[in-house]
Amino acid sequence: MAQGDYIELHRKRFGRRFDHYEKLRKRTSRETHKKSALAQKVYGIKAKLLNKKRYSEKAEMKRTIAMHQERTNKKATDEKVKEGAVPGYLLDREGVSRAKVLSNMVKEKRKEKAGKWAVPLPKVRAISEDEMFKVVKTGKRQKKAWKRMVTKVTFVGEGFTRKAPKYERFIRPTGLRFKKAHVTHPELKSTFYLDILGVKKNPQSPTYTQLGVITKGTIIEVNVSDLGLVTQTGKVVWGKFAQVTNNPENDGCINALLLV
Amino acid sequence: MYKAPTKKQLPKNKFGFKRPEEQPSTVAEAEQLKKQDSALNIIVQFKSKDNENETTGPPINISQNVSTEQLELLINNLLNNEEQLPYSFFVGESEVVSNLKNHLEGQSEETTINIYYQPQAVFRVTPVTRCSSSLEGHTEAVLHSAFSPDGTGLASVSGDTTLRLWDLNTQTPSFTCKGHTNWVLQVAWSPDGKKIATGGMEGDIRIWNPLTGKQVGSTLKGHTKFITGLAWEPFHLNPKCVRLASSSKDATVKIWDTESNHCLMTLSGHTMSVTCLKWSGESMIYTGSQDRTIRVYNTNEGKLIRVLEGHAHWVNTLALNTDYVLRTGPFDHTGEHQETLEKAQQKALERYNEAKASGAKYGGGDILISGSDDFTVIMWNPSVSKTAISRLTGHQQQINLVSFSPNGRYFASASFDKSIKLWDGQTGKFLGNFRGHVGAVYQVCWSSDSRFLVSGSKDSTLKIWDIKTKKMTLELPGHADEVYTVDWSPNGENVVSGSKDRLLKIWRN
Repeated sequence: MAQGDYIELHRKRFGRRFDHYEKLRKRTSRETHKKSALAQKVYGIKAKLLNKKRYSEKAEMKRTIAMHQERTNKKATDEKVKEGAVPGYLLDREGVSRAKVLSNMVKEKRKEKAGKWAVPLPKVRAISEDEMFKVVKTGKRQKKAWKRMVTKVTFVGEGFTRKAPKYERFIRPTGLRFKKAHVTHPELKSTFYLDILGVKKNPQSPTYTQLGVITKGTIIEVNVSDLGLVTQTGKVVWGKFAQVTNNPENDGCINALLLV
Repeated sequence: MYKAPTKKQLPKNKFGFKRPEEQPSTVAEAEQLKKQDSALNIIVQFKSKDNENETTGPPINISQNVSTEQLELLINNLLNNEEQLPYSFFVGESEVVSNLKNHLEGQSEETTINIYYQPQAVFRVTPVTRCSSSLEGHTEAVLHSAFSPDGTGLASVSGDTTLRLWDLNTQTPSFTCKGHTNWVLQVAWSPDGKKIATGGMEGDIRIWNPLTGKQVGSTLKGHTKFITGLAWEPFHLNPKCVRLASSSKDATVKIWDTESNHCLMTLSGHTMSVTCLKWSGESMIYTGSQDRTIRVYNTNEGKLIRVLEGHAHWVNTLALNTDYVLRTGPFDHTGEHQETLEKAQQKALERYNEAKASGAKYGGGDILISGSDDFTVIMWNPSVSKTAISRLTGHQQQINLVSFSPNGRYFASASFDKSIKLWDGQTGKFLGNFRGHVGAVYQVCWSSDSRFLVSGSKDSTLKIWDIKTKKMTLELPGHADEVYTVDWSPNGENVVSGSKDRLLKIWRN
């Protein structure tokens, strides 16, 4: 048994000394005097260290006292009235109205920026044709090189069937086809996993748009019907644009930011 | 050549299928029909829908072909009405819309057919069709709005901590009343139209004078959490409109004296937030709460009379068959003011007794409707028993609001499942579905003649529904965001809607 444990065991068995608490009281009440005597006596680096320690202790003490006083303090009610007022019948239904909060902001934003096509990623890295396509050699002697394989992520749309090999100039590999994207709503700060409806614009070239190539900066259309956004006339909005913010070919997923 | 459809060809009397009323499309057809049907007479007996045991007039032998207009003439004659009053007619459960002939399926020619008549409002409200103005001013979402009982004033409260009073003639703001320190959630006009009570998020209640826009008396403090409902004492009980009841999230209901500005009594008993509050004309207070119960209190001693249990989840809303007359007090659809207080009280009492008659089937007491988070509506007869009359299912989401028609014949329930359902106010029978909104329906309001219903929804539109045809008459887009509050003025001229887009819109015809 470790040495220090004997005293603990003893205390457990027989309790503390009878005068323990009396002595403790006296020691604590004498403590301040001792401290002040020390503070008066020390000088040099020792004094500096001690003062620093006392300073932090006192600050801590003040903080605790203030905290305790908080309860009884009378404060002026200068609290800011919260934004986003909801009627009484929705007050206990936090979250129910959340999805709509954004739609108002969406509209306001749209009003502000009417006509402007501001996107979060205004510039994209130019991608050369060599990088985008891989040449596929065909022909009996493998000497023809008119066929291309897209090396980036693509969206092909529903019900797509490949053309006959003879006419298929661009191959879009099935492994790089995507149907869904993680779309973040900038105001809501939340992300939804939404279906892609189409590729609106690939800034690299109209050919890529046509092919449905998705690279960083591409504008895609996503299905937002689940978010419950409505137009002013009370119809459900279901298609909205989003800009791709990552390099899908590297990451294996599409992350996009909803354009509002 | 016209050939009468054989019985086989017609749709069977299946649930949901109504035999179409045959209307001749050409003159020749009409003549043919007339010739053919002239021989077919039936014996009918008129009965009042309110009192099914008594008959009106003798059994009458009439042609099958009579239209509702002709029936109306007949019943006006039988009842010796000085003026021609409009009525609607029912055979069994179905309403005769244009022609009696189509409601005779399965009836023998020998038997006497009972036709139930029910008076309709003598005035007509033309449904609103356009937005006459957008009232700007609030700097936060409009949370509640209400017309004054005589239909001449309009008050709205908002998240910007103000109450605003509007001039309806010029459609301009008249007063901005500041005082609350947090969102103002509730607004209620006293039935005499001389005071407005507002309840706020901070739990304070303030009384305002609508003529000066100034606060009357001191703030009524006492609730510790936000106010969920306000109800004035009915006019026919006390024409001075002194007492006000308020319910709060802090699970209590308080009754205030608005003249001496102190709390008369606190009704506690609920264990969770009290969500709704109704002051009935029988000096009782009904409160619905999130603890799933409805409590009935006596307003004089504050005694608990009954606890109505039946809902499985929060009770969200309550409605009384006399709601409309309690709100409007001595004012009818003309908004006419009485000369003296006694006369006004007399008028209010008359109107109240008339409205109460719609509950005659259940011993004349109030009919209370409660809508809940458990997707059901329950009908109660709270002055007599604590058991439910009926429990109405059908909604697929929480019910946010139930509302009785001014004549007490129908009630509508608005739900988060995007639909409104129409029910018979006396039997609780399901009458129809109003579908069309693409978002949750927050509020509904009846026109004062009970012929139309306006609904406001999360999808930012208002829709007007016709009760007779059970179809949408009009869609009113215009708001940019959720519509939080809707009210139809008692004189039928205006509809007001308040939205999260901070606008208050006034709609007229």
